[in-house]
Amino acid sequence: MSDTTWDPSKPILEIENLSISFFTRLREIPAVMDFSCSVMAGEAMGLVGESGCGKSTVALAVMRDLGKTGRIVGGSIRFKGRDLTTMGEEELRKLRGSEIAMIYQEPMASLNPAMKIGAQLAEVPMIHQGMAKADAWALARQIVADVRLPDPDRILQSYPHQLSGGQQQRIVIAMALMSKPALLILDEPTTALDVTVEAGIVDLVKALGEKYGTSMLFISHNLGLVLDVCDRLCVMYSGEAVETGNVEDVFDEMRHPYTQALFRSIPLPGADKNTHPLVAIPGNFPLPHERPQGCNFGPRCSYFVEGRCNAADVPMSLLGGTRRHETRCLRHAEIDWDAPPAASKAVAKMEPGKVVLKFDDLKKYYSVGSSAFGGGSKKVVKANETLSFEAREGETLAIVGESGCGKSTFAKVLMGLETATSGTIMLFDENVQSSPIQSRNMDTVSQLQMVFQNPFDTLNPSMSVGRQIIRALEIFGQGSSDAEREARMLELLDLVKLPRAFAERMPRQLSGGQKQRVGIARAFAGGAKVVVADEPVSALDVSVQAAVTDLLMDIQRKNRTTLLFISHDLSIVRYLSDRVMVMYLGHVVEMGTTDQVFSPPYHPYTEALLSAVPIADTRVIKQRIVLEGDIPSAMNPPPGCPFQTRCRWKSQVAGGLCDREVPPVRDLGDGHQIKCHLPDAVLAGMEPVIKMAAE
Amino acid sequence: MVVFVLRRVGIILLTALTLSFIVFALTNLPSSLGKLAKAEGSVRMSDEEVQRWLDENGFGGSTVWRYGEWLGLAPGWTHTDEAGVTRGRCIEAVKTSQTPDAEVATYCGILQGYWGFSTVFKQPVSEVMARSLGATGWLMFWVMAVMVPTSLVLGVLAGMREGSRTDRVLSGVAIVTTATPEYVSGVVLIAVLASATAGVSPVLAEWGWISGKTLFPGTATSAMDDITFMNFFLPVMTIALYGIGYIARMTRASMTEVMTQQYIRTARLKGVSFRQVVMKHALRNALIAPFTVIMLQFPWLLNGVVISETLFNYKGFGWTLVQAAGNNDINTLLGCTVVAVFVVLVTQLISDIGYVFLNPRIRLA
Amino acid sequence: MDTLTWGQIITRILWQLLPVWGALVVTFGLSIAFKRRLGLYGRIFDSTVGMIGFALVMFWVFTAFFADLIITHDPYSQVSGMKNILPGSPVKNVKDGVYQWYLLGGDHLARDVFSRAIMGAREVLIIAPFATVVAFMVGITLGLPAGYLGGKLDVGLSFGSNLVLAFPVILLFYLLVTPSVQESAIPTTFAAILFLFPIVFMTLLLNARYFTNKTQRNLYVGIVLVVGLWAYSGLAFNADPLGVWSMSPNILNVFVSVVFVNSPGVFRIVRGMVMDIKTRDYVAAGQTRGEGIWYIMLWEILPNARGPLIVDFCLRIGYTTILLGTLGFFGLGVAPDSPDWGSTINYGRRLLAIAPHPAVVPALALMSLVLGLNLLADGLREESLKD
Repeated sequence: MSDTTWDPSKPILEIENLSISFFTRLREIPAVMDFSCSVMAGEAMGLVGESGCGKSTVALAVMRDLGKTGRIVGGSIRFKGRDLTTMGEEELRKLRGSEIAMIYQEPMASLNPAMKIGAQLAEVPMIHQGMAKADAWALARQIVADVRLPDPDRILQSYPHQLSGGQQQRIVIAMALMSKPALLILDEPTTALDVTVEAGIVDLVKALGEKYGTSMLFISHNLGLVLDVCDRLCVMYSGEAVETGNVEDVFDEMRHPYTQALFRSIPLPGADKNTHPLVAIPGNFPLPHERPQGCNFGPRCSYFVEGRCNAADVPMSLLGGTRRHETRCLRHAEIDWDAPPAASKAVAKMEPGKVVLKFDDLKKYYSVGSSAFGGGSKKVVKANETLSFEAREGETLAIVGESGCGKSTFAKVLMGLETATSGTIMLFDENVQSSPIQSRNMDTVSQLQMVFQNPFDTLNPSMSVGRQIIRALEIFGQGSSDAEREARMLELLDLVKLPRAFAERMPRQLSGGQKQRVGIARAFAGGAKVVVADEPVSALDVSVQAAVTDLLMDIQRKNRTTLLFISHDLSIVRYLSDRVMVMYLGHVVEMGTTDQVFSPPYHPYTEALLSAVPIADTRVIKQRIVLEGDIPSAMNPPPGCPFQTRCRWKSQVAGGLCDREVPPVRDLGDGHQIKCHLPDAVLAGMEPVIKMAAE
Repeated sequence: MVVFVLRRVGIILLTALTLSFIVFALTNLPSSLGKLAKAEGSVRMSDEEVQRWLDENGFGGSTVWRYGEWLGLAPGWTHTDEAGVTRGRCIEAVKTSQTPDAEVATYCGILQGYWGFSTVFKQPVSEVMARSLGATGWLMFWVMAVMVPTSLVLGVLAGMREGSRTDRVLSGVAIVTTATPEYVSGVVLIAVLASATAGVSPVLAEWGWISGKTLFPGTATSAMDDITFMNFFLPVMTIALYGIGYIARMTRASMTEVMTQQYIRTARLKGVSFRQVVMKHALRNALIAPFTVIMLQFPWLLNGVVISETLFNYKGFGWTLVQAAGNNDINTLLGCTVVAVFVVLVTQLISDIGYVFLNPRIRLA
Repeated sequence: MDTLTWGQIITRILWQLLPVWGALVVTFGLSIAFKRRLGLYGRIFDSTVGMIGFALVMFWVFTAFFADLIITHDPYSQVSGMKNILPGSPVKNVKDGVYQWYLLGGDHLARDVFSRAIMGAREVLIIAPFATVVAFMVGITLGLPAGYLGGKLDVGLSFGSNLVLAFPVILLFYLLVTPSVQESAIPTTFAAILFLFPIVFMTLLLNARYFTNKTQRNLYVGIVLVVGLWAYSGLAFNADPLGVWSMSPNILNVFVSVVFVNSPGVFRIVRGMVMDIKTRDYVAAGQTRGEGIWYIMLWEILPNARGPLIVDFCLRIGYTTILLGTLGFFGLGVAPDSPDWGSTINYGRRLLAIAPHPAVVPALALMSLVLGLNLLADGLREESLKD
């Protein structure tokens, strides 16, 4: 479908002063206000912002799929010169899927579970080009091969649930590419995937974009990803675009306080919890119906000037130069953008104390039925294999790994929700490997607590915040009367920097970060000495992450708590941990101090993991290592070394040792342990994955 | 799959055994047996005479033992009276069987195909059951034939555009019919369509549109010999109405849920037309839940059958059950239980298997 | 005296129901005025469907409550010459102080259909909600551990509940609600088991919450045990020393059967919801601070399952109403002259061809109550899904 009236040198997508509102029974909720941006042919435009900033709403508006409650209340969206906002249903239908295609966050949910992959793919050209069924299937087969999926014929005949998450996302991409659209909208396409899988998808998207000359609108909360993929970038805050420009300009010469604050709150290489702590953005994201007068970012901005910033709506203003760099800040010309962040208080490094926790040769196996009908033979899942490590008082030990690596099982065994299959766990001076939580004494229980991952799940929705903390105090035997516990609860709220009034609130009235703070307060109710934090910030927005991380470390310093920080995010791990343990399929593949793990020699998996993590810094030069395939299922691990199916160094080991034998744990000196067959010479010759260009 | 089916069959047998034993115990309560003795013997029997009568007619001994007899796992009772005439469970079984010269067996129970003798119908229970199940089979068939397509269509139409006017009207109808148990809908249907003094019949008769006094007959007894639209419409609708509402609501709920799924949005944004979105993408996923509901409706349908058959005097399974229960006909009641429980459990099995086939996510998991 | 026209009949019925209208107006006025402070109950008044349902339900609740004021004749007395008489007919040989018409006609024994339908509401509304409450306590107390602990306990309880669910309800009633069963020890045994559940439930609930504070715990649990066991002795064994709690064997039999039929359904729902909710992090948080299983089940899981349970509660009262009607329809467990809707329909249906009103009036009454409950459940479901 070619439109003769469209001039390819003009933008392919032009959004002007777009305003979108959702209408509820009570009120109109503006979701996007006065949003403008344009995407040129072949260009990749990034839309960045925290959850609720309206970036997905913009994408859906381009697709004209805002649901029953959403409506475009102003502005225009022009695609190849035609205004989409006034287009009729039938015209839109012809455009959707053929000229504009979309890729979504949840690959599993976006594929029809009851239709074969082939049918779902072939449908697109059959609708739009009236292609015959056989031709459409042939095309589908070719595109499936294009997205680098093995065995396309088998895949076309499968149902979505038979594929892994990464494969499903490739299918969704293939589906979007079936009719070679001019514009591709990607809504957080990799958020639901593991980092090493994400890297592969990002590479694919970039390569295909170049191959087909497709323009892209790439929506993400991850600045690092945007740097990898996009040419231009639009930062959104609370329904407005606050800064637009070329990726390099925005990254290196940001001209909006929000963008600057955002960059200062994410852990980039060089940030360090003691010498260069992160700077969290104060305050909270405003709710759509509680936006402030004037600049939306005003109340949280350190450059805020009373009477000026909150006087009237701030327009976008074009900066000098020809590179279309715009900002929505009145003071952009007055601010000294290169000044270092104020009051970055350095703290003394904490010296670890005595050993409080010691794992020795711990194993945890599960047996599960192999089929859905409960029949058949039982299989053994080896969730944790020979786990040995120790953690000291006041130390932060990070446990890193992707899904299925056994980190959650490890936490369960430690907490006493499961008992170990074999091996020992020394907690303080007690062996706890075979005592479930019911048989542990209250002291042990209250000193070992956990902070959970999902803020929306961590608090009981039907109990007030105060009540939940008081309950923990009651259980831990703190305080001798209700009044005393009440007072202690308020102190705990102070500790996690929440207003005391929150005690009366129900969890649904709190934001994600606030809930996470309550979760931390609850964990420290009994004066915990060892805290397991299971991805405590991964579900939070970046600006909130820094604040919650800071809080955790503050409390840790005060109480000399041992923090076991479970995470898949290497940036944050590098920032806050003293020692790191990398896990893959139940095995600890590498362990050492943060410096040891983040610099060569690496375990091949650590190396790939480091390379896969997107870093939002233009100065960083990364060695690109993309792992083939997906993480094998823990139900059916490969023989020999668990990582051998994806290892790029495998050929360096003689005699196919990797296929046969699990490598032994080797000590590379100073407690740096690695589980790999690679000869010393090869290990010694490894290059660092991340380098700073300036250095 | 085979293992799964075998396990389910095992559970079904266990359930049927347990339930039949419970029913056996409940129908053989001492007081019921006393009544039976007085009804079969004489009303003025003393307690001792009752006890003797029970012993002589095979009702002595423990409940478990007699359950074994009924099942065919324990030898049937025999009793020789003073006159030297020997009677017994298995002797009666032979008497009523079609092959009079068969050997007198020791074991004669369900397992040997002997269901006992009905005291109400004066016939072997197997014959009573065969006749009544045949009649009910037709009723069920027409109920399903009316109910399933109607309810699915209504549910899908209502659910595909949630909140639309079609949805609201259809949902309203569905909620009214689910609030109407069979004995209410039957009564209302008869009053409106089959009463000589009320409803539409008097009016129609006055206008000369119908020849008889009422539009539909108020009984379905004639359907025992010959099923026609006229004599079957009311009993079928009486049962189907409740189910239509219920299944339509399930289908609607399932359909609205599917329509909000991400993959429906994917399909829509692929440029698939609304019609095709519904037909190709939503329907199959939306029908998984109603299918299991339809199958699990059988226990409730049996209720409807009992009420409808009583109301319309149609001598099928439900009518037989009521007669047997009302007159403490132990053997028939037991027979009915076994059949009913079996039907229910088999439909559950079908529902499980069907679910597996409809839902590809489970099939190969 | 003339026969009333339909318009007059309706006007007079509306007039008789005056106390009900008054009560409805007050209820709605107060509820709407304070709806923002009333939680889920207040949100009923945001949904038209919910309001209609609530109005229908409350209509029958108030009717049952004010039944003595509303009825025009003694529902049991027979007036000669009024057999199967049409609605609006004047009462023959009327004495002073007696209402002059049979507003909705007479039944086959010449009793006033209107008054019997009004009194029938009382029969239903006394048993149905309480039976449903007890069924919920049984279902919850068994469903929570089955879903939470799983394993053999779950297999056993699920098998038992499927056993009951596989039984066609009517068959079960024919077996359970019979004179011979009533004479045996079965209803009392059942009652002894089933009525124990509310006491067990309340005790576990309070103990789990207050066990850290012994005095408070002993006080609350003590009150529950004293009151509970007192009521228990009266209801299950008819042995209340003070004679406050009692239940006739007939009602007990019906009550126990209805609870027995309903509990497995509740059990299944609760079990399913627990299996879902137990994977939440706040449950894990409870576990990691060493809470007992009953605290986690009753205070962490159960409150978060309340939405669907409240909806099911409404639907189940409707279902119980239908079941009670079924029992009446087959003449099980009710006194022959009882005004309950089911048996009235049963007697009326035999004369449907000539005089439909004795059967149609209770039929519509029963339908409107069940409809009200279904609509209310729908409204609640809709409102609880918002947020």
